[in-house]
Amino acid sequence: MENKLLVSPSPHVHGGDSVSKNMYGVIIALIPAYLTALYFFGVGAFVVSVTSVLSCVLFEYLIQRFLLKTTPTIGDGSAVLTGLLLSFNLPSNLPVWIVVIGALVAIGIGKMSFGGLGNNPFNPALVGRVFLLISFPVQMTTWPRPLAFNTHYLDAETGATPLSFLKGGAFEQLPAQMDLLLGNIGGSLGEVSAIALLIGLVYLLARKIITWHIPVSILATVFVFTAILHAANPEVYASPLVHLLTGGLLLGAIFMATDYVTSPMSHLGMIVYGIGIGIITVVIRVFGAYPEGVSFAILIMNAFTPLINTYIKPKRFGEKKKAN
Amino acid sequence: MKTFKIGGVHPAENKFSAGKRIIDTPLPKQVIIPLAAYIGAPSVPVVAKGDQVKVGQLVGKAGGYVSSNVHSSVSGKVAKIEPALDASGYKRMSMFIDVEGDEWLDTIDRTPDVVRECKLTPEEIVKKIADAGIVGLGGATFPAHVKLTPPPGKKAEVLIINAVECEPYLTCDHQLMLEHSEEILVGVTILMKALQVNRAVIGIENNKSDAIELMQRQIRVLSFQGIEVQPLKVKYPQGGEKQLIDAITGRQVPSGALPIEVGAVVQNVATTFAIYEAVQKNKPLIDRIVTITGKSMLNPGNYRVRLGTPLKNVVEQAGGIPADTGKIVAGGPMMGRAVASLDIPTAKGSAGVLFLNEKEARRHAPSNCIRCAKCVSACPMGLEPFLLARLADRHMWDELEANRVYDCIECGSCSYTCPAYRPLLDNIRYGKATVMGIMRARNAKK
Repeated sequence: MENKLLVSPSPHVHGGDSVSKNMYGVIIALIPAYLTALYFFGVGAFVVSVTSVLSCVLFEYLIQRFLLKTTPTIGDGSAVLTGLLLSFNLPSNLPVWIVVIGALVAIGIGKMSFGGLGNNPFNPALVGRVFLLISFPVQMTTWPRPLAFNTHYLDAETGATPLSFLKGGAFEQLPAQMDLLLGNIGGSLGEVSAIALLIGLVYLLARKIITWHIPVSILATVFVFTAILHAANPEVYASPLVHLLTGGLLLGAIFMATDYVTSPMSHLGMIVYGIGIGIITVVIRVFGAYPEGVSFAILIMNAFTPLINTYIKPKRFGEKKKAN
Repeated sequence: MKTFKIGGVHPAENKFSAGKRIIDTPLPKQVIIPLAAYIGAPSVPVVAKGDQVKVGQLVGKAGGYVSSNVHSSVSGKVAKIEPALDASGYKRMSMFIDVEGDEWLDTIDRTPDVVRECKLTPEEIVKKIADAGIVGLGGATFPAHVKLTPPPGKKAEVLIINAVECEPYLTCDHQLMLEHSEEILVGVTILMKALQVNRAVIGIENNKSDAIELMQRQIRVLSFQGIEVQPLKVKYPQGGEKQLIDAITGRQVPSGALPIEVGAVVQNVATTFAIYEAVQKNKPLIDRIVTITGKSMLNPGNYRVRLGTPLKNVVEQAGGIPADTGKIVAGGPMMGRAVASLDIPTAKGSAGVLFLNEKEARRHAPSNCIRCAKCVSACPMGLEPFLLARLADRHMWDELEANRVYDCIECGSCSYTCPAYRPLLDNIRYGKATVMGIMRARNAKK
């Protein structure tokens, strides 16, 4: 037995965390939002999400196996998660072939071209989503109306989203706040239910998969910024609560901006990053050409992440406070 | 509940030997006494091959100020003086003594009576501690008398007794408190006198509530003045000197400075007991408590061992090496050293021997860093382990220094936490050693 002893440096025990535990943890946190998506968008939500997940996993496998000639790591859950998050950012009546293109761009360009998990500077799911938004603007902005146990897919009845009412200044057409909370509104399939997404946030925090810094700083920034605008002119600018509960803000703040690979490493850096996302989101929503800006805001701040990591360091132990 | 402010992890405690009474280990046939098993210059032998020695007799004299005396832990005949392997993995000069009987020096008081009164001056106390060869028994083995002599212009305000024992599995300090609380408290008063402070705080994590209650009761019943017990929230590495001072006083020792900079002096609880024995009973440091433990260990427990006893003798007492052993660690699982053989001697810093089974010992293959920042959250020094490990891997020494690799206390919280199983501390240690070498060379030039 003596010659089988392992001799290695300390520490000699490991906490038991793993990459796949974190990935599947996020997937579990997405379940409440997925269930509401299935309820309101029915068959369409199912087809789009399954297509997205399967094609993301398949493309990752094919690229690793045949292009990079490495051992595929699809079991770690990251491709499943990218696929799920991509589908959450798509309308549920999107044709299958467009979803497949989105998955190819997300995995191929967004992730594998940089060297795979851990090396991509931009959130892969958002790279795929924004590519589709620019390439297929009509299909990507035609939103099905929510309908309990919807059996329609491509032929689903469509309508405007709360954010398009905001953009048009038609505040009186906004859905009731209860509908905003439950998700009984038009939009991408995974973004509609505020309550379901917040349940996911609580789960992520409880499992310590993410810390509070990014979601809270984004949501607080959007709230404060839109509250100031609303106070200045309530007839032009909607109330902060409407901004918080509409569009992809909660989905983005809780699940997209918190992507490990593309967000800063220090707590203070995370807060700066979150404030940046909040400000850019409001600027695009209120002053820009698009009704929604969360995806762009996150991608822009992804680009700043290396800079934030270079200049914003964690609080060092015993660091002297600067005089005055 | 108080604790340190930055980072930390909470490994499974696995204190299988908690509450197990201290058992004396029989004398071995031969002891191997290392002449340099502590931080500082090696000691110089004062006996030669063939000499007869008694228990407690000085056999190696401190080889400098930061160095320590070494005493024989047995009576018998010096067999040879030559290099021998110890827990560090290196061969170091050691004295082999063949055991004959158990004859102690007459000066040593071997009665169990507690001697409370100490009439010595602070200088006499420090000298007695230095003479007795006492070093930090928590694992760092820094000579105790050096810590008790603050540099000119610095004054200690508070004495902190480190009874945290934050390493999983280890229970030697816990059991020592349960069985020798009064002696430890007398030791604290001696240290307070040596440092001329009127306040001492004993820091104990609240997974040892019996020890906390016992110490508090003894302080009250036996009316010890100026000593308090501070229960601490269980968090690793609370036993790190800087973390403990932060937890108890709220002050953070600046980078590169000593605890005295914030008015604190820290001594381990087992060291405090050894100081009691040295000052009040004239007994030099010749034995210590060692925890023998592991999930498959037959009789995990706490054993009083004469220094120099081969670890395999102690392990036999606890039921021998478990069949499924994959790794043997001298010390705790977070900061201990893996050893290849149990022929190495029990040294002043040997707090435990831990047997990990094959499953626990296996290291997973590392995968890409996913930049989850969990290592940054876990680092108790506020460093960025992911960055330091990468910089070390790329030999970027200047950047490593700029990112304060020298502050790393090598607690292992980063590697413990990493979900991608990256060997962060392995790389950081290499980078730290290189950078500190560069810094020393630069300072020497000045």
